[in-house]
Amino acid sequence: MTEAAAPTLDRWSGGTCPFGAGWRKVMMWWFIVTDGLLFAGFLASYGYARILAFHWPDQASVFSLSYIAAMTFVLISSSATMATAVWAARERRRPTVLRFVLLTALGGVIFLGMQAFEWGHLIAEGARLNTNPWGDASFGAYFFLLTGFHGTHVLTGVIVLATTAIRSAKGLASSEGVEMAGLYWHFVDLVWVFIFTLFYLL
Amino acid sequence: MDNATTVGAAAHGHAAEHSHEELPFWRKYIVSFDHKVIGIQYAITGLLFLLFGFTLMMLMRFQLAYPGHPIPLIGNWFGPDKAPGGIMLPEFYNQLGAMHGTIMVFMGVVPLAVGGFGNFVVPLQIGAPDMAFPKLNMMSYWVYVLGGVTMVASFFVPNGAAQSGWTSYPPLSVIAQGGGQTMWLIGMVFLITSSLLGSVNFIVTIVQLRAKGLSFMRMPFFVWAQLVTAFLLLLAFPPLEAAGVLQLMDRLAGTSFFMPSGLVVSGKALTAAGGGNPILWQHLFWFLAHPEVYVLILPGMGIVSEIIANNTRKPLWGYRALVYSIVFLGFMSFIVWAHHMFMTGMGTTMSAFFQTTTMIISIPSVVVLTALLLSLWGASIRFTTPMLFALAFLPMFGIGGLTGLPLGLAPSDIHLHDTYYVIGHFHYVVAPGTIFALFAGVYYWFPKATGRKMNDLLGKIHFWGSFVCINFVFMPMFIQGLGGMNRRMYDGGTLYLHNAGLLKWNLVIGFAVWGLGLFQIPFIINFFSSMRWGALVDRNPWEATTLEWSAPSPPGHGNFLTEPVVYRGPYEYSVPGAARDFTPQFEPERA
Repeated sequence: MTEAAAPTLDRWSGGTCPFGAGWRKVMMWWFIVTDGLLFAGFLASYGYARILAFHWPDQASVFSLSYIAAMTFVLISSSATMATAVWAARERRRPTVLRFVLLTALGGVIFLGMQAFEWGHLIAEGARLNTNPWGDASFGAYFFLLTGFHGTHVLTGVIVLATTAIRSAKGLASSEGVEMAGLYWHFVDLVWVFIFTLFYLL
Repeated sequence: MDNATTVGAAAHGHAAEHSHEELPFWRKYIVSFDHKVIGIQYAITGLLFLLFGFTLMMLMRFQLAYPGHPIPLIGNWFGPDKAPGGIMLPEFYNQLGAMHGTIMVFMGVVPLAVGGFGNFVVPLQIGAPDMAFPKLNMMSYWVYVLGGVTMVASFFVPNGAAQSGWTSYPPLSVIAQGGGQTMWLIGMVFLITSSLLGSVNFIVTIVQLRAKGLSFMRMPFFVWAQLVTAFLLLLAFPPLEAAGVLQLMDRLAGTSFFMPSGLVVSGKALTAAGGGNPILWQHLFWFLAHPEVYVLILPGMGIVSEIIANNTRKPLWGYRALVYSIVFLGFMSFIVWAHHMFMTGMGTTMSAFFQTTTMIISIPSVVVLTALLLSLWGASIRFTTPMLFALAFLPMFGIGGLTGLPLGLAPSDIHLHDTYYVIGHFHYVVAPGTIFALFAGVYYWFPKATGRKMNDLLGKIHFWGSFVCINFVFMPMFIQGLGGMNRRMYDGGTLYLHNAGLLKWNLVIGFAVWGLGLFQIPFIINFFSSMRWGALVDRNPWEATTLEWSAPSPPGHGNFLTEPVVYRGPYEYSVPGAARDFTPQFEPERA
C-alpha cells in the first residue's frame, strides 16, 4: 500500500501502477464511466423529449415530493455508512466493516421498497409505459425507464453488498474489495441525485 | 494488494504457475485465458465474418447488375420467401444490405482490428505476460460470438433479418415486421457488452502493465492507436446501448420513445402512443457511430505505422505529432456526429457548428497521413507483402478522407446525401483503407503467431489483384453518386430517368466485386497452408525493434522468457554508428 502510494518522478515510465491503485480498482473506475454514460444517454434522451413535449405534467401534483425526498435521504445516508465501512476496512476493524456494510445494504433495501410502493401507487392511478392520466405519454415511459434502470442498479448494489458482508464475516473480504463495492454504491447514489434533480425537481 | 510490486511479481508468478502445466484441449484452445489464443480466436472469427459479409455484398451486386434476373447456381438456396425462382425480393435485398453493414463493422473489422490484433499484439508490445483480466478477456470473446450467432440466426426467423439499414432508423425499424429487428437489437447489446469488456481491459493493461522503462512516449504507435480506440469504444458505446434499449422497448413494450404522433403507414394510422421523436435515435446513434468510424481507422493507422517504420528502416517521421494527432482526433470525434444529419432540418446554426468541427477533425487525419508519407522519403524501401498493403493504405485512405470533405459541408451534402458518393467515400476509408491495413497486419504478425512466414508470391497475387479490383468497385460509385444515383435501391435505380447513363457502371462494379472475391482465394490458401508448410522463422524475422520480437515465435504462456526491460524509443532504425540498421528497444546500452 505505502509503496504504491508514494509517487516517484518516473511513475509513468513503466513497471509501476501510475495511479497508485490496483488493476481491479482502475477497472472499476472505467466501468463506472461507461455505466455513467449509459445513464447520460437516458437522461439526455429524456431532456430531448422534455424540450419537445406539448404538455409535460407538473411533478409536484403527480408525486409526493416529501416522500421522494425521504427516499433520497435514505439513499444518501447509506452512502455515509458505506464510507464508514470503507474506512473501517482500511483500519482492519472487521466487526465494524460487517455492521456498516449491512447497514448500507439495509438502506438500499428500504429505498427499493419505497420505490416499489411508489410504482404501485402510480400504476394504480393509471400510469403505464404508453399512457398516463397527467400529460404526455413520454412522461410515464421515461419515469419507468429511469427509475427502473436505477432500481436495477440499486438491486445489483445490494447483492454486491450482501456478498461483501458474507465474505467479510468469513474474513475473506480485502479492503480493496470493500472499497470497490463502495465505489459502485457511491456511483449509484450519485446517479439518483441526477435523476432526483432532473426528473423530479426541475 | 501491494500494487507497486504486483506487476513484476504477478508476471512471474503467473508464468511460473502455468507454463509447465499441460492443459486439456478445450482449456487450451476453446475457453483459453491466454491473450494470444483469444487474439487468434477473434482474428479468425472476424475474418470469417468479413468473408460472410462480403458474400452478402456479392449477391446484392448481382441484383444491381442484373435487376430481376434469377441468381445463377445458388439462386434456389434461399427459398420462396426470400428469392422465389432465384429472383431476389426487395425485402431480401434490404436484409442483405442491413446485415452487410452490421456484419462488416461490428462483427468483422472491429473484432479483427481490436479484438484480434489488439489482444495478440498489445501485451507483447508493452512487455506484459498477458492482459490485466484474462477471464474478462475470454468472456468478451464469447459474448461477441453470442452476438454474432444472434445476428446470423435472424436470417432464419419469419420475415428474415433486420432490413432497416445498419443505422436502424425509426420509425421504419420500429414498425418492421417479424423478429429480425428485435434480434438485431439484442445482438447489438451483446456486441456492445463485448466491446465494453474489451476496452476496459485494454485501458487497464496499457496503463498498468507496461514493462520497466516503457514510458508512454516510448510506446509503439500501434499501442497508442489501440489506447485511443479503447477510449472511443468505452465512451461512445453506452449511449448506443441506451438507444438500443429504448428501441427495444418501442418494439416490445409499446412505448413511443422514437415514434411520433399521427404516423400513417401504407394508408393506415398507427396505434402507437406517439409523442416521441425519430431524430433522437439519429443523435444517439451517430454519437456512437462517428467515434466508431475512428475505431475502424485508428488500429489500421497503427498497423501501417509499424510496418512502414520496419520496411523503410527509418524512424517514423514525427512520432510525437502522430501521437498528439490521434489523441486530438479521438477527442474531436465526439463533437462531429450531427454532420450525418444535415438533412434532418436541424437548422443553420447547428449545421454551421458541426461542419466547422468536421473541418477541424480533418486536420489531425492529414497530419497522420503526411507524417506517414514523409516517413517514406529517402528510404530504401523493402517491398514485402505487408509493406505493399501498408503503402496502398496511404493513397486509399487519402481518397477516402478527401472525398469526405464535401460531405462534411452542409451545402454540398444536400446534393450528395444518401447517394452512391457516400458509399464510395466511406468504403475507400474502410475497405482499401482499414481492411488493407488489416491484411498487412496479418502478413506482418503471422510469423510471430505461428513461427512460420506466409508465402510471398501468393501474397503478391492477393495484393495486386485486390488492389486493382477494389478500385474498380469504389471509384465508379463517385461517378454514380455525383450523377445523383440514390443508394439502397434494390433495382439499382433503373426506374429513374436520370440514372440511365449511370447504370452501365453497375455492371463494371459487379464484375470487379466478383473478381475481388476470386483474388481472396490465394489469401485463404496462403493462410492455411502457411500454418503448416510456411518457412520457419526465428524470433525476429523482419529485423524489427519493438518488444514483441524479443519473445519466441510463437510465444509460450507468459510470453517472455525473461522479464523485458525497455531502453529506448520504438523506432531506432539505422542509428548512425550502430553495427546493424536496427537497434531493438530491448537491447541494453553498450558500455
